[in-house]
Amino acid sequence: MSEIPSELRYTKSHEWIRTMDDGNLEVGITQHAQEMLGDMVFVELPEVGSTLGGGEDCAVVESVKAASDIYAPIAGEIVEVNDLLRDAPETVNNDPYGDGWLFRMRPVDEGELDELLDAEGYTGVVAADS
Amino acid sequence: MPFIPHTEEEIRQMLDAIRVSDIDELFSEIPGGLHSGKLTSVPSGISEMDVGRIMLARSRQDGHYINFIGGGVYEHHIPAAVWELTTRGEFYTAYTPYQAEASQGTLQLLYEYQTMMSSLMALDVSNASLYEGASALAEAVLAAARARKKLNKVVIPRTVNPRYRKVVESIVRNQRIELVEIPFSVTEGTIDIDVLRAFDKGSVAAVVVPQPNYFGLLEDVDTLTDVAHELDALVIGLVNPTAMALLRPPGRWGADGADIVVGEGQPLGIPLSSGGPYMGFMCCRNKYVRQIPGRIVGRTRDDKGNEGFTLTLQAREQHIRRSKATSNICTNQGLMVVAATIYMSLLGPEGLRRVAARCHHNTNILLAKLTAIDGVYRCFETPFFHESVVRLDQPVADVLRAIEAQGINGGIDLSEDYPELGNALLTCATETRTVDEIENYATHLDRIMSRRSLDPPCAEKVAG
Amino acid sequence: MLIFERSRTGCTNPSQAPDDDSDISGIPTSLLRAEPPIIPSVSELQTIRHYTRLSQKNFSIDTNFYPLGSCTMKYNPRACNKYAMLPGFLNRHPGSSDRTGQGFMASMFELQEILRDVTGMAAVSLSPLAGAQGEFTGVAMIRAYHDANGDDQRDQILVPDAAHGTNPATATMCGYQVKEIPTRPDGDVDLDSLRQTVGPRTAGLMLTNPSTLGVFERQILEVAHIVHEAGGLLYYDGANLNAIMGKVKPGDMEFDVIHMNLHKTFSTPHGGGGPGAGPVGVNERLRPFLPIPYVIDDGGEYRWAVEEDCPLSIGRLSAFMGNAGVLLRAYVYARLLGREGMQRVAEHATLNANYMMRCLEDKGVEMAYPGRRATHEFIVTLKSLKEETGVSAMDVAKRLLDKGYHAPTVYFPLLVPECFLIEPTETESKEELEGFVGALVEILKEAKADPEMVKHAPYTTPVHRLDEVKAARELDVAWQIPEN
Repeated sequence: MSEIPSELRYTKSHEWIRTMDDGNLEVGITQHAQEMLGDMVFVELPEVGSTLGGGEDCAVVESVKAASDIYAPIAGEIVEVNDLLRDAPETVNNDPYGDGWLFRMRPVDEGELDELLDAEGYTGVVAADS
Repeated sequence: MPFIPHTEEEIRQMLDAIRVSDIDELFSEIPGGLHSGKLTSVPSGISEMDVGRIMLARSRQDGHYINFIGGGVYEHHIPAAVWELTTRGEFYTAYTPYQAEASQGTLQLLYEYQTMMSSLMALDVSNASLYEGASALAEAVLAAARARKKLNKVVIPRTVNPRYRKVVESIVRNQRIELVEIPFSVTEGTIDIDVLRAFDKGSVAAVVVPQPNYFGLLEDVDTLTDVAHELDALVIGLVNPTAMALLRPPGRWGADGADIVVGEGQPLGIPLSSGGPYMGFMCCRNKYVRQIPGRIVGRTRDDKGNEGFTLTLQAREQHIRRSKATSNICTNQGLMVVAATIYMSLLGPEGLRRVAARCHHNTNILLAKLTAIDGVYRCFETPFFHESVVRLDQPVADVLRAIEAQGINGGIDLSEDYPELGNALLTCATETRTVDEIENYATHLDRIMSRRSLDPPCAEKVAG
Repeated sequence: MLIFERSRTGCTNPSQAPDDDSDISGIPTSLLRAEPPIIPSVSELQTIRHYTRLSQKNFSIDTNFYPLGSCTMKYNPRACNKYAMLPGFLNRHPGSSDRTGQGFMASMFELQEILRDVTGMAAVSLSPLAGAQGEFTGVAMIRAYHDANGDDQRDQILVPDAAHGTNPATATMCGYQVKEIPTRPDGDVDLDSLRQTVGPRTAGLMLTNPSTLGVFERQILEVAHIVHEAGGLLYYDGANLNAIMGKVKPGDMEFDVIHMNLHKTFSTPHGGGGPGAGPVGVNERLRPFLPIPYVIDDGGEYRWAVEEDCPLSIGRLSAFMGNAGVLLRAYVYARLLGREGMQRVAEHATLNANYMMRCLEDKGVEMAYPGRRATHEFIVTLKSLKEETGVSAMDVAKRLLDKGYHAPTVYFPLLVPECFLIEPTETESKEELEGFVGALVEILKEAKADPEMVKHAPYTTPVHRLDEVKAARELDVAWQIPEN
């Protein structure tokens, strides 16, 4: 059974979201997602400073057998991207909830977070997938 | 029935195993009303001998012409070994190399091709081919627009092959790309760079730079590249591969070199074949490798440490990425790549350079002899690669028709696509032309131009 | 060893290139190339030996059975090659006048007519250079049709979720949004879902029949009716034409436009990845939009239709008229088969597929659609093998290489887990089919007895299982001259 940390929020498209101390959001893909995709070979990250609507595709994670779009969970502005992934895309596989984070964003409206799934809700999504 | 190996007995055994009484039962799921597929106008089958008779007759009918015509595809000497090897069953009847372990022959050859091609263009990456030159240019335009995200304006000069421009328009029409034409100097025959300079910086995604251009002339590629880059536009080179064995390649144009390069690979060991199949090539800098379409082969190792080759970056392609793929391309021109790679290996860099040089040399002789005729003038004094334009004081179409009756393809009539050039004829002489053939062309042209009728009305054509 | 590693400076083949005495003073020296390209300097014999040996590392139809679903790997008759490469056709420059190409053009015109009969359509253009370009042509014509009718709110193309990847990719290239229609468990398109999805934004539906699942779309007339009623057009992906040629005509199934893959159904060679040819056929409604050029019979003389003849044409898709050499091969094939031979193709392709399916089922292999007849292909699922032993369809595919068989299509269609899409074609003998069945059954036994062995197959090919992750992460796509 894939690890699903309880303190994070989730989307149906397998992104996780962590609220950081400064109020910004950190976003990555779940253990389940990286297992499905297989070994990462490349990660395309958004441009710092770009503004995105909720649900807008902003990044791509590419494995040998698939290239998956990553969607901004809620509206916001990209403040930082994980440059480590340029040379070490496999970090997404090895540490999906830690060093494998994709990007950080400043949300427009924190309230929108409540509409995302919690760990239990996401557990349901993973179960339906198998 | 041809190519179906079953005997009656075997058919019976198979039907029994499937537990049906006849083959028609196997089509029972098809709604009755649709079983109307009987062919009515396809002729009955004939033997290989009879087909041969028909095809030989037609081939003879089409005969043999001495070519002074180019316009993107050229007659070159193709060593005998090229097609003997290329039509070996193991290359000819192999499938796309998706199962890498079963396709190391094709894959290694493609890797060698990619090496030769990218190096010929002095860029980092080559794909494993596209269909042909014009659609390759369209794909380059789309790739550049993808790479430049918010920009969609692409500049294409009028010195680019007019067919290519039409094809680009047909292919990119539905993807909101704005194609902007820029003019050329009627005296020089090359791009009017000042018009390019006048664009706003940051307003153009890419600029197409041909070398040589459609008139065979050499453009000022360094200035064009630098001006385009100053505008923050990508440079798409459109080049003749033979020329690149002799001329400075696109990766070395200007300060930073071209970004994406495409062209028609036919001159590399592929016969004229009445129009195809040919071979589009595409090369680019490392940073655009994920934007370009087509297959790419990578070198890797197997689990015993042996070197091996495999298709890579397939996640960009249609079978995985589907609606977000870089292109819908699936089948490419694989067999043509085999021929081109073997051709390049047989000629070597020195051989290719000599072919290019001889083409230039022969075209010089051709132009000298033609312009010695009354009523035939050099259109441009600008340096050319292996093709150039002459102006006649008579309509080109009539002259070409008359010269065709002498078994000669004299060139391409430019007057429809470039009325500002008058009665303009695009002509060339590759390394396959002898001085005798050139003189023969000039002699006949002289007669035709001065309307002397020393030849009988129906001059014989050279039979094939 | 790469050919570059055999290269030695100064090695030339003097009989292949002109002497070095050309005058290039007309070219400004600043425009000349400074460093030579990385092209090998090797002798003619070295070249021949190198590439001959490479060819021997390939599987090919000439050497192995290739039951690749949806690819139609049938025998490529050598006569097609010989007659397509006759000098009159081979040395002809495409810019030559129509007058001087009547023999070639007669063959092209007759091929157009043959394909019209096979497809039951009103007109054909041979110019698309491959199936994908044929698809582009078809969807672009649909777009042109709606634009001509002022119907510009139609921005969606429907595709079944089992569709080949080229379908949605093509729709995007033509500026459309893609909407997927689910497939029912029995393999047919979900009609209810289709009814709900069509509407004023529907430009068309792209469909393959028989479908990518290897079964015939039984409700095709109803599908056509639903789409046409909503004002959309119906596009036929002809990849599986081998299953129905001479039995059913796409025109009779109410399709408006179809593309054919001549490198499948008409046996032109696969060449390691091409070239192909993807001619399109249209009904009267779409005829004005056909791409140019195509051959017209102008009172006994053949000529190419050009812009002036077809003002509504979607235009040219390439510099010339298509993959002429491929088209000539298809023409020769069509003449060799003739009307009766073509009708037998579908019959025997279907017989072979059903026979294989029966043999495999009898040996306990699971079919994806057990209640359905196979068309010219069928799907096997190895899902339970994966669950039991951890051995995947890909592992079994690699082990098949050791037995001398090229694997069937793996993991397509995406809908069926751990699947093989198997298409024997009509040119394979009963013996060959049985050999494959035996080999597959043996591997399934091996997988249960020694899964690790199968997981690391193949063992007898020139290389073992390749590291594809390394290939993508550490991109090495061109050989570099070593530093020393």
